[in-house]
Amino acid sequence: MVPVSYYLALSVILFSLGVMGVLLRRNAIVIFMSLELMFNAANLVFVAFASYYQALSGQIFVFFVMTVAAAEVAVGLALMVAIFRSKKSIDVDQMSSMKG
Amino acid sequence: MLSSQELVFFSVALVVIATAVAMLLSRNAVHSVLFLVLNFASVAALYMILGAPFIALAQVTVYAGAIMILFLFVVMLLGAERLSGKEPLRGQRLMAGVVFVALLVEAGVMVMLQSRGGLGSLTPPTGSFANPAEIGMALFTSYSLPFELTSVLLVVAAVGAIVLTHREKKEH
Repeated sequence: MVPVSYYLALSVILFSLGVMGVLLRRNAIVIFMSLELMFNAANLVFVAFASYYQALSGQIFVFFVMTVAAAEVAVGLALMVAIFRSKKSIDVDQMSSMKG
Repeated sequence: MLSSQELVFFSVALVVIATAVAMLLSRNAVHSVLFLVLNFASVAALYMILGAPFIALAQVTVYAGAIMILFLFVVMLLGAERLSGKEPLRGQRLMAGVVFVALLVEAGVMVMLQSRGGLGSLTPPTGSFANPAEIGMALFTSYSLPFELTSVLLVVAAVGAIVLTHREKKEH
């Protein structure tokens, strides 16, 4: 089988791409999707080590991460719809009303 | 010479990275969502290789199915606006690139150091490890409290989403 460090390297690349997406894009929905990418990278490491150590708890953790991500997406997208209603835009640079 | 397992891993990993990059670069938000669906599906294939069939199918149904459909729905609802190409914060793209490279190098060095310290190869999944029955047993015995708590969390999230998007009708 493949060394476990290959999976770690793939997860590192995915996580860094997610961070770059958060910093680079200005569309709030795409920023949100980059967050999901980072969740995914963390999950990949969990499953890889669960398989490496033959420990089931790693996979159970991924299950809980997925549920939390689902809850977070539901609230986050509702926030985005609410912001779009008042600002008519989801550009994160427009959300500067509280700037002094 | 690549073994067949390495060949499978590298081809799936290539799809994973390519779809992630395409998601970041595509100007159209709908295309971004569809690339992310493909990304999640290929990560599910990796879970399958790692011997986690339950997680793989949960990934396809919950992530690629439910969550991404929600994303697609909101993108369509808000009109998939295309933002202008100019950057209001000067040097934002450059700094994003610098942070990306720094993080990649830092984490890459960590992984190399760790793997030199004796992280070996994965063993092929054996017998009944992590089949859905075993995961169900673990969820409802040792992890039953967090399992029940997630149901509370989901209810709170659903109610929160309704409260945030609900509009009171003006009476007069």
